[in-house]
Amino acid sequence: MSGDASKLSILVYFEYHHRRLHPVGLQLMTAAKELIRNNGGEILGIIIGEGADQAEEQMNQLPLSEVYLYESEEYFKSDLYKTLMLDCIQQSSPGIVLIGGTKEGRSLAPRLSAALKTGLTADCTELYVRDGGELVQIRPAFGGNLMAQIITPDTRPQMATLRYNQFPPLKPSVSEAGRRKPVSFIKRKLSTQPSSLLEIIDTARFTASESIGKQDVLVAAGRGVRSKEDLDMIIELAELIGGELASTRRLVEQGWISFHRQIGLSGHSVRPKLLLTIGVSGSVQFMAGIRGAETIIAINSDEDAPIFSAADHAYCGDLYEIVPALISTLKKQNT
Amino acid sequence: MIKTAVCIKQVPAYSDGLMDPNTGLLIRKGLEMVLNPNDLSALETALRIRENYGGKVDVFSMGPKHAEEVIRQAYAMGADEGFLLTGKEFAGADVLATSYTLSQGISAVDDYDLIICGKGTTDGDTSQVSGALAEWLGIPHVNWVSGIKKLSQKTIQLCQEMEGELYTVKASYPLLIAVEREIYTPRMTNLKMKIAAKRKPVKTFRLQDLKDQKEIHYGLKGSATRVEKIFPAKENRSDTEPIRDTAGAIEELALLLKPYAAGRKAKQRVDE
Repeated sequence: MSGDASKLSILVYFEYHHRRLHPVGLQLMTAAKELIRNNGGEILGIIIGEGADQAEEQMNQLPLSEVYLYESEEYFKSDLYKTLMLDCIQQSSPGIVLIGGTKEGRSLAPRLSAALKTGLTADCTELYVRDGGELVQIRPAFGGNLMAQIITPDTRPQMATLRYNQFPPLKPSVSEAGRRKPVSFIKRKLSTQPSSLLEIIDTARFTASESIGKQDVLVAAGRGVRSKEDLDMIIELAELIGGELASTRRLVEQGWISFHRQIGLSGHSVRPKLLLTIGVSGSVQFMAGIRGAETIIAINSDEDAPIFSAADHAYCGDLYEIVPALISTLKKQNT
Repeated sequence: MIKTAVCIKQVPAYSDGLMDPNTGLLIRKGLEMVLNPNDLSALETALRIRENYGGKVDVFSMGPKHAEEVIRQAYAMGADEGFLLTGKEFAGADVLATSYTLSQGISAVDDYDLIICGKGTTDGDTSQVSGALAEWLGIPHVNWVSGIKKLSQKTIQLCQEMEGELYTVKASYPLLIAVEREIYTPRMTNLKMKIAAKRKPVKTFRLQDLKDQKEIHYGLKGSATRVEKIFPAKENRSDTEPIRDTAGAIEELALLLKPYAAGRKAKQRVDE
């Protein structure tokens, strides 16, 4: 037990791959810091993986009070990681556990919540806390047209996965390390080293599925694009501005574009510096995936398209006029 | 011989939720219902395993009586036996209670080698039931399975698509897997198969058929989460009026995008 029972304590799960922190951990920190802003509390962290202690320096630059380190195998295994996470929760008794809505987090969290017989809310997009430490969890429901507000009244900890790329990352700061009580690192080793029934016999890198989630510049094509061939000009424009092609669900369903490039509730959430949407009307489904975009530029022929209410720069016009002209102008500028 | 259980769910055909503007209540009556599309891939995976290695494919669902429809659809595709967990005690279940109910139903029927789930449902959209179900059953689980590499009577090798990395995972039975929609294309059914499926009985499980008959473990009572309210999503970050003059738009866009195009040039030079 850390601290007094009335103090809110939040455990953040830091994904750790190849001795590096996954960006979702810093996004969870933003949410956690906000939760303790008014009524106080403390944030705890947990890292499981190979070379977990190498993350200490970075952890020191975050507003954390304790970090649990579990030296383990390199790769994620749901059963093994659950056992270690369970140990951490028994040690620290947090009121809230936050896990990233990534592939790893969404595989780990439900297993853990069943083991703890507690509630879990998936893919939250907004969180706040009531007096007494009750966590209010808000997530899209019914295809994203509606939002559901969910609580975990009786069981603890209250568990939530947070939609990946929904929250901005908390920037580690050196001054954070200087002015606060230092982070205390707790290296845990279980008396009997738990094992997994899963064996990972091979791993291979691939790039397609992660590309749009991590791009700074994205050009998203929507139903305004009339044929697969017409995507060529969108791709050309994307290449000209150093961006990647992305799309709405519609074009993926038509088989024009790979699922890996789909933005939206059933696709990827993105947080590029620039998102240029072309012929995208902006269904609620799509909008759910672009909240993290810094600047949105939208081109669409329908002046009532919902995308315009999200755009920083909105252009109502025919993409078949605008895009080719834009390509040639940009080419001229560049030579 | 590999004994497989597949978990399936009946969901609304269209995921767009409608809300009565006057009462604020969800309109769910009269919606067209279908078998969750992701579950078709799970069922297809199980059927292919049976075709190649023998065994059986049973399907499990929880829901109101009319969820029998999706079990019949599974029959038409080739499932052996179907079990529907139904009753008012099961209604209003969250992930915890749903996964527990399924685990009770599955373990009441057989010791399955493999449990296969879809990657998630199109209505709840949490992708969480599979992992929780595996925990209740006390067996390991693998999510995001995009392929089966090798299979024998004792072990299975799977492709697991993690973020930017493809794992090859080996495990012994019993095991639960949640498969990606793209793993296999579900087979079509014809009229003859559909008619045969209509005659085949669906076994119904009620609370009294399960080992744990404590009502507090099921449905709303067994749920750890509560939905406090549901409200429309709002999407407004600006009130920018769209620019309608095309020539002006092109000029402005070129200016806005110029730094990105220039940045790309600079980056290219560095790369070279």
